[in-house]
Amino acid sequence: MREYFNNIWLGLTTVFIGMNVTFKHLFKPAVTIQYPDVKLLLPERERNRLYVNMDDCIGCDQCARACPVSCISIETVKSLPTDDLGKTSNGKKKALWLTKFDIDIAKCCYCQLCVFPCPTECIYMTDVFEFSEYKRENLLYSFVTLTPDEIAEKKNNFEKAEAEKSAQKAAAAAKKAEGQAAPKENKPSAEKPEDKKE
Amino acid sequence: MPVKTEEMILNMGPQHPSTHGVLRLELLLEGEIIKGVKPHIGYLHRCFEKHAEAMTYPQVIPYVDRLDYLSSMYNEFGYVTAVEKLLGIEVPQRVEYIRVIMGELQRIASHLVAIGTYGADLGAFTPFLFAFRDREKILSLFEITCGARLLYNYIWIGGLSHDLHPDFVRLAREFIPYFRPKIKEMNDLLSYNKIFVERTANVGILPPETAINFGVSGPNLRGSGLKWDLRRNDPYSVYDKFDFNIPVGEGRMGTVGDCWDRYFVRILEMEESLKIIEQALDQLPEGDVTSAIPKRVKPPIGQVYARVENPRGELGYFIISDGSVNPFRVKVRAPSFISLSVMDELCRGHMIADVIAILGSIDIVLGEIDR
Amino acid sequence: MIYDFLLKLTGSEIAAGFIQSLLPLFVFILPFALIAVLLERKVSAHMQDRLGPMRVGYHGIFQTVADILKLMQKEDIVTDNSDKALFNIAPVLVFTGSYAAFAAIPFSGAFIGSNIDLGLFFIVAVSGLVVAGILMAGWASNNKYTLLGAMRSAAQVISYEIPTILVIITIVMITGTLNLYTLSELQTGHFWNWMIFGGPSTGLIKVAFIPFMIIGFVIIYISTLAEVNRTPFDIPEAESELVSGYHTEYSGMKFAMFFLAEYANMFAVSAIVAAVFFGGYQSPFGYLGNSLGISWFIPIEQFFWFTFKGIFFVLVQMWLRWTLPRLRVDQLMALCWKYLIPIAFVNLLIVGLITVF
Repeated sequence: MREYFNNIWLGLTTVFIGMNVTFKHLFKPAVTIQYPDVKLLLPERERNRLYVNMDDCIGCDQCARACPVSCISIETVKSLPTDDLGKTSNGKKKALWLTKFDIDIAKCCYCQLCVFPCPTECIYMTDVFEFSEYKRENLLYSFVTLTPDEIAEKKNNFEKAEAEKSAQKAAAAAKKAEGQAAPKENKPSAEKPEDKKE
Repeated sequence: MPVKTEEMILNMGPQHPSTHGVLRLELLLEGEIIKGVKPHIGYLHRCFEKHAEAMTYPQVIPYVDRLDYLSSMYNEFGYVTAVEKLLGIEVPQRVEYIRVIMGELQRIASHLVAIGTYGADLGAFTPFLFAFRDREKILSLFEITCGARLLYNYIWIGGLSHDLHPDFVRLAREFIPYFRPKIKEMNDLLSYNKIFVERTANVGILPPETAINFGVSGPNLRGSGLKWDLRRNDPYSVYDKFDFNIPVGEGRMGTVGDCWDRYFVRILEMEESLKIIEQALDQLPEGDVTSAIPKRVKPPIGQVYARVENPRGELGYFIISDGSVNPFRVKVRAPSFISLSVMDELCRGHMIADVIAILGSIDIVLGEIDR
Repeated sequence: MIYDFLLKLTGSEIAAGFIQSLLPLFVFILPFALIAVLLERKVSAHMQDRLGPMRVGYHGIFQTVADILKLMQKEDIVTDNSDKALFNIAPVLVFTGSYAAFAAIPFSGAFIGSNIDLGLFFIVAVSGLVVAGILMAGWASNNKYTLLGAMRSAAQVISYEIPTILVIITIVMITGTLNLYTLSELQTGHFWNWMIFGGPSTGLIKVAFIPFMIIGFVIIYISTLAEVNRTPFDIPEAESELVSGYHTEYSGMKFAMFFLAEYANMFAVSAIVAAVFFGGYQSPFGYLGNSLGISWFIPIEQFFWFTFKGIFFVLVQMWLRWTLPRLRVDQLMALCWKYLIPIAFVNLLIVGLITVF
């Protein structure tokens, strides 16, 4: 019997205690903000969209290797000794043409593992977080500064240089084998592009 | 021959508001009384353990974050403890202290979600939002430190990704007096509410023997009245330097080991975590947090098992190394997985509404169960 | 009075009756539902340190209008294996049940849809229709969750009618009438004439009534809360257990009908509580119209007081909803049969004895 009335008493009082709490909150200012109109100031270490400063990138591929989800893909072409690629801001000399630097931000897990190994600190996470797209393809960010024509040209140059090198090597090999016969063989190959032009 | 009434099979989930993710419970019902519960898991399977075999040791950490997404910090803590044991490296004191602070903050955040969602499961929506409001404060502390709010990748093998933010200590100290009254408010609003007590007391009683037999750990085990906490019983990191109590279920509202006890142990643990954070902030030594990070993690051939007290229980990592940069095997002992296995035992004879109460009280995270 | 006016205007009894019966719907229920839904969202939001709807209009005042427009545009989904006829009738029936109750509710001295002698009894009786609709909806959806919700709802509404009626009988014993108009007129004057303060009786008896009237009020408030399936008794809907109970499978306007019925019901039961215990449409401090000598103003004042009281109790319902967790189905029954009904009986007995003396 005592329990019976105790139950009633507890049932009523605890309900009133709870109602008191919610009533007090009725007049407290809201803690939420009206998001697209009001935005929070993000802290400096915020980890959101990746950005690559291509002026500083030397194409070392370290970020791509560090990435646990392989969302970064880099392709490079060696530059010719005559090309001047300039220097990065911390004084490293660039030696590679970057023909592809794609980040599939849809895959990115924002773990920041790619940021730390970068020797020139050119890849970093920004505080931009509003970059939703209607199509997944639009989330494939390409950071390459070269135009497709330029890329083709660089590739061509590289292949030519390679071909020349291998030709020289072949020639050197031929030289060793036959002495002075090699230069003559080289000439027809150089004449071939002229034929095409005509 | 006795007359047999037809039993009904009710699928609860995977799309259900109270299964805490994508869990499917197959309930065998007689009217509203439960005859059996069969949890079906795997809806969130992401092949973590297989993935880990293809990753280098540091690359596993972002994946570890995603196991129990409510206590990412602690998952990292456990993983790096295991790898450091394998590598045999000594970690600077400052790192250990920061890890403890972060871990305990994460414990509060995780318990807040557990408590809040438990209230929401039982129909009280307001405590849920109050809990999330306070959790936001903790997440903001994490955010200024490492830049992420949920999946941190902050605790690294041998160190931390960043040192504490200059403002962190001040903000963390401000958080403690802010949060203490909120626990009282939560008690007024939910814990001692008669309806809440009616719903949870004497429901889903987990006797200590059963808990041990199933291997249940963490607040669920302590709710059954057993004083077992790895922070005290098998101290790792610098936990032996702090003074804190281990709250256990006492059966204040009903029987020892009922849902209310499991719930209330979490409330009490938040207070204890606050104590630990306070002490750790006082003792925080100076130092470099990145000095001990190895350039290349290549452990010797061998295997290791390390366990930590995650907000949900004993989180263990079993790592086999074949001497290469990739782990040969990473096995996770997930506390939620083991807690879930007691469901059938706990639910029998109760009603459908109690399934929700019991499921909420064992506080599972499906990300960890399915891996 | 309004009926006479309409009769003069249209010259036909049928037209006048028809218009009069539609009046509460368009003048009152629809706007009330729109406001109440918004109010619910705003109240809950502010209790939870949020802002609630803020986009449509100033502080989101047109949010519910936008919601209704959205619901009207939505596809009307009828599940394949459902019982189509019952599925379609159910929301209408539920709404009819809660709408019919408005017929006998005295909005003011000049406007009662139908001033019948069995007003209170009528309201309790037609509210029963809602159960039929809910059961129908639950069964026709052919879904285990909806069926469970419907079964719970039926059990709940039927059991909780008993304490409601017991309390009403207590009142009827004192006043001797079931007519809501007469009941309200009895409580005229100032607020100490309200039933909660012992009604029109005088002297020691009036004082003796007060504690039992308060007990009666608490019981009727709790049981009406259960009758309209509000938290802590929202077991039939229990969104965390039964997804959303009997209206899980409904969409578009049919869902809106359930919603409308729920809010209409909320007001209806609050109105009953107000009419029985809090003087109905009577002003607590006398009328401005009387003191100013403009008699036509009195019904307007009465209408204001009535809606004010009704909305106040609706607000308390909301307040409770955003504070309390939900009871379990057996505890709900236990509360009814073990606590409310015995107490209501004892209350009835004591009040009866007091009236005899």
